[in-house]
Amino acid sequence: MTQPPLPTGKGALELQDLVKNYGAEPVVNHVSASIRPGEFFSLLGPSGSGKTTTLMMIAGFVSPDSGAIRMDGADLTRVPAERRGLGMVFQNYAIFPHLNVFENVAFPLRARRVAETEIRARVKDALGLVQLDRYATRYARQLSGGQQQRVAIARAIVYHPPVVLMDEPLGALDKNLRYDMQMELKDIQQRLGMTVVYVTHDQEEAMNLSDRIAIMNHGRIEQAGEPGTIYETPANAFVARFLGEANLIPGTIETTQSDEALLVTPAGLRLRAPTGDARPGQPASLFIRPEKLSLTATTGNVLAGTVRRRSFLGNIIRLSVEVAADTNLTVDLANTGVEPPAPGATTTVAWPVGDGVYLTQ
Amino acid sequence: MTRPQTTLLLLPALLMLVLVFAAPLGWFFVQTLLRDPDAGPLWPQIVSVVTSRAVLQAIVTTNWISLLVTATVLVLGYPVAYYLANRSGVRFTLVIFCIVVPYFTSIIVRTYSWMVLLGTDGLINDALVWMGIIQTPLKLLYNQFAIVIGMTYVLLPYMVLTLYAAMKSIDTNLLRAARGMGASGPMTFFRIYLPLSLHGVISGALIVFILSIGFFITPALMGGPSDVMIAMLIERSVEITLDWSSAAVMSLLLLAVTLVLYAIYYRLTDIRRLMGA
Amino acid sequence: MKALPAYVVLLCLVLMAPIVIVVILAFSGGSYLQFPPRSLSLQWFVRFLGDPQWRASLWVSTIIATVACALATTVGFFAAYAFVRGDFPGKKLMLSALLLPIIVPTVITSIAMYFLSARLGLVGNLVWIGVCHAIIALPVVLLILLSTLHGVDANLERAALSLGASRARMFVKVVVPLAAPGLVSAALFAFLASFDELIISLFLSGVRAQTLPVRIWNSLHLEIEPTIAAVSAFLIGVTAFILLLDAAVRGRRGKGRIQ
Repeated sequence: MTQPPLPTGKGALELQDLVKNYGAEPVVNHVSASIRPGEFFSLLGPSGSGKTTTLMMIAGFVSPDSGAIRMDGADLTRVPAERRGLGMVFQNYAIFPHLNVFENVAFPLRARRVAETEIRARVKDALGLVQLDRYATRYARQLSGGQQQRVAIARAIVYHPPVVLMDEPLGALDKNLRYDMQMELKDIQQRLGMTVVYVTHDQEEAMNLSDRIAIMNHGRIEQAGEPGTIYETPANAFVARFLGEANLIPGTIETTQSDEALLVTPAGLRLRAPTGDARPGQPASLFIRPEKLSLTATTGNVLAGTVRRRSFLGNIIRLSVEVAADTNLTVDLANTGVEPPAPGATTTVAWPVGDGVYLTQ
Repeated sequence: MTRPQTTLLLLPALLMLVLVFAAPLGWFFVQTLLRDPDAGPLWPQIVSVVTSRAVLQAIVTTNWISLLVTATVLVLGYPVAYYLANRSGVRFTLVIFCIVVPYFTSIIVRTYSWMVLLGTDGLINDALVWMGIIQTPLKLLYNQFAIVIGMTYVLLPYMVLTLYAAMKSIDTNLLRAARGMGASGPMTFFRIYLPLSLHGVISGALIVFILSIGFFITPALMGGPSDVMIAMLIERSVEITLDWSSAAVMSLLLLAVTLVLYAIYYRLTDIRRLMGA
Repeated sequence: MKALPAYVVLLCLVLMAPIVIVVILAFSGGSYLQFPPRSLSLQWFVRFLGDPQWRASLWVSTIIATVACALATTVGFFAAYAFVRGDFPGKKLMLSALLLPIIVPTVITSIAMYFLSARLGLVGNLVWIGVCHAIIALPVVLLILLSTLHGVDANLERAALSLGASRARMFVKVVVPLAAPGLVSAALFAFLASFDELIISLFLSGVRAQTLPVRIWNSLHLEIEPTIAAVSAFLIGVTAFILLLDAAVRGRRGKGRIQ
């Protein structure tokens, strides 16, 4: 039996038109992506969006109905999981309960028939990297969730795979620990220069970690790009809403100039935003993030309204302001100690024209 | 994860089932009913065997005893299963121990134990005479009463374990909800608990009846000369009268009834639950 | 509601009484069995184990049960794995078919096996009887291992593969160790199923291969020797030992989880 490959490549990953159906149901529907060497790439989407199935296809546990997967130019599509030479971190860690921490981390090295002395050195390095040097003889049941997570990471990186796949690896940790682990994960990834494909449904986590994010829905990639870009300029309403609170004001484009277009809503509001691909006569929604709205500004789009609801969310205070019949805008104000207007109060809502985006899909 | 190769691991078991189980059965029926030159055509053979007095009598006895045993086991087993489903800790362990130890004890040993108890100079008669309740020993062994006792003892664990599984899956919040809406204890039991445990009752009754109609050891040792069940008649045809074709016809009949009942059991019971899915 | 506990206690006593009484009887001191025994002795056990024929039966039972246990456990383990991890149509039907040997009346199965064995000259062949017992033990093994393997997280197997282990290595280093308690359980109950089996043995034993249950049967049919009590107590002891061993194996696994 030949052994699985020791790493040679750089970790460029090419997903080409992947399709997977379960019965008549398309679970992954023509997914393509080019992941660069050393990139932290996240698949973000709600449950059932096909992100885990896509990851399982990359790992080799699910075979695509059509399409191809290439790593550093080599076709992996029909290569069995155990010979792909990727690292993988699973949702519930998948630490072997009958092996101690050392043997867990040594497992991939033993599978590759690495010499015993080298195994010892490499496991020690890997455990050092995740700060678990002193836990080598413990078993999974004697470790906390965070420690088990570190073992899983050490085990996935000990043979220096060019690509590491992670399936919601921090999903089971509580919120504070999760944030610390994100920092650590990012740090390890950058130090080793490895490519990471990361599956999550937590948009904050994805934005914090990723170089690029692919937003998935109904088996398709809705949009892929850098976190800031897709947050500020989402391609459609789904992406806009999935990444955070969003105001979407529907209407019809009346006129376009070179850089600005005018939208008229059914209630008669006239709003402006950068033209983008909007065309006159086209139905469109004006998208604007709540934190971009101001109650004090007097330039750009300015609307008069009445505060209908006020919620205290800690670092921000969220208002719902009715600016026309059936049109409520969500406004997020930083909690600076200034008392925001109470429900019933009249106010203005304004935002710079350049902050809006027209969604025409 | 799944690969075609994984399915291949099923092959040894299927091969064994075919070679050691299905093939002998098939060969036996073909050889005795179709290939035997003395036997003649199949249908008349079946008719003549099934209409003989001994076989008719055995069919009646088999059904009667099996129904009696099924009913007895159900009545005895339901409260125990209910008790088990609602207890944990030491009491649960003790009761389940008392169910499981007989369950895993050899049938021949269990039958022997009851023969020791029920015999003319057995323990029960001794005790009754000693206490002065009776003067002459009762005839407790070698009759239908003894068969029902013996079979009930052997089959009770099947019923209790089936019912227990069904009752364990009942969401206790449903009972709390019923009580919360003002239902009395008996009403909660009869309107909620009993209907929800009914599929367990049906599965348990079916499996006990299926096993009963094929019973051999207990009735053969504890029954009287006139209490002949069908499985005993089959064995006697082979061992004593060497009438292979009668044995084959009766076996075919018993097998057919068993398979039909098993098919019903299969439809009613989620066998996949056995896989923990 | 005191009636239910009272009833349950009574029923438990009735369930255990026959077994307990036989065990006590087996230690009777007098020249015949009596209950309660006036004195205790091991005389019936001495007679049981001193009798060359009973000893031969014990040996025959052990060999047959070992063959049945090894075969059923191995074949059943592979089959259970295929059921739990495999993806093929007709799973439920296939499992029902494999459970048939404990559903079909054993008298029918035994006669058919005898019919074939006689032609092939296999009557009285210990290995062959073991193989025939294995088909009865297989459903037991399957049911135990199905639930065991369902408890093994599929991600552990995926993890092993993703870390570069071959299928065979994954099986040996991950699946087998994790299923070990269930495997031990399955093997124990497969052994017991064969050791206690009567009807198949009755037909296939011939004169050379009489198992313990067959000898008890013959004795109960002809003339009940008091030694039967000791043999029965011995079989009960084997059952008790296997149940205890099983509990110990499960207990160790349980403890491992709690820590």
